[in-house]
Amino acid sequence: MPKPEILDPQGKAVQGALPRLGFTGVTDVRQGKRFELEIEGEVTDEVLAQVEKMAETLLSNPVIENYSVTVEDQQ
Amino acid sequence: MKVGVVTFPGSLDDVDAQRAVRIGGHEAVALWHGDADLKGVDAVVLPGGFSYGDYLRCGAISRFAPVMEKVVEAAKAGMPVLGICNGFQILCESHLLPGALIRNDHRKFVCRDQLLRIENNRTPWTSAYTEGQEIRIVLKNGEGGFVADAATLERIEGEGQVVARYLEMNPNGSLNDIAGVTNERGNVVGLMPHPEHSVEELTGSGTDGLGFFTSLVEKAFA
Repeated sequence: MPKPEILDPQGKAVQGALPRLGFTGVTDVRQGKRFELEIEGEVTDEVLAQVEKMAETLLSNPVIENYSVTVEDQQ
Repeated sequence: MKVGVVTFPGSLDDVDAQRAVRIGGHEAVALWHGDADLKGVDAVVLPGGFSYGDYLRCGAISRFAPVMEKVVEAAKAGMPVLGICNGFQILCESHLLPGALIRNDHRKFVCRDQLLRIENNRTPWTSAYTEGQEIRIVLKNGEGGFVADAATLERIEGEGQVVARYLEMNPNGSLNDIAGVTNERGNVVGLMPHPEHSVEELTGSGTDGLGFFTSLVEKAFA
């Protein structure tokens, strides 16, 4: 997600479109990205640390974005 | 001097940058993103365009191109590196320059002849200008809004790392009207407008951009 202090022009555009469609009461919209990574085998602490590293190095730009990593079982 | 111009897949302004380098009095050397070799160049230009389709974030994939490993290494050793537009985005993603570039605040692509003020002429790319000199060069970007956190902004303003500032109007929402910045050492410069398009009367908006390419030689003989 873009950090709170960073302007999010895309979120602003979405926020502007909502009232035009009759949706009211939304005071702010922030737009981020979601990556779904499929991992081979069990998600150990080591694997999780690797994914954190991926998020920090490539998937996000820590200068302007925050990230969080969550683990979900494959359906 | 031998000035390398890197071509990434999706670079647009590499040929113009090579031409500007030659008009500036240097030898232009084409560098390919997949080469882990700088071919003995004395300086590097990262040109504008949409490298790797701007996928993920502008410059985020290019940063890890084989040639960039060498560029980062050389930049840290003091080699002059100029990133124009997409090149500026790549330098920020590489953390060679502070801050980041985000989508224009008005959300539209902007293309105009833009007035700038040169704030720092102590870099190898701006020494041909006087401090405070006003120049008008081409600007064209969709994601040219310069942002940084408050502490970083205060630091780069205090250290004189702002190289150029927008005058008359702010075309993209850049904080403090910042059009270009340099690193602490002053050898790496990122600029959102395009000096390489403003080097010839015939095809450009004047020749105010030429100084970025003639500066190198003046520095060398200084």
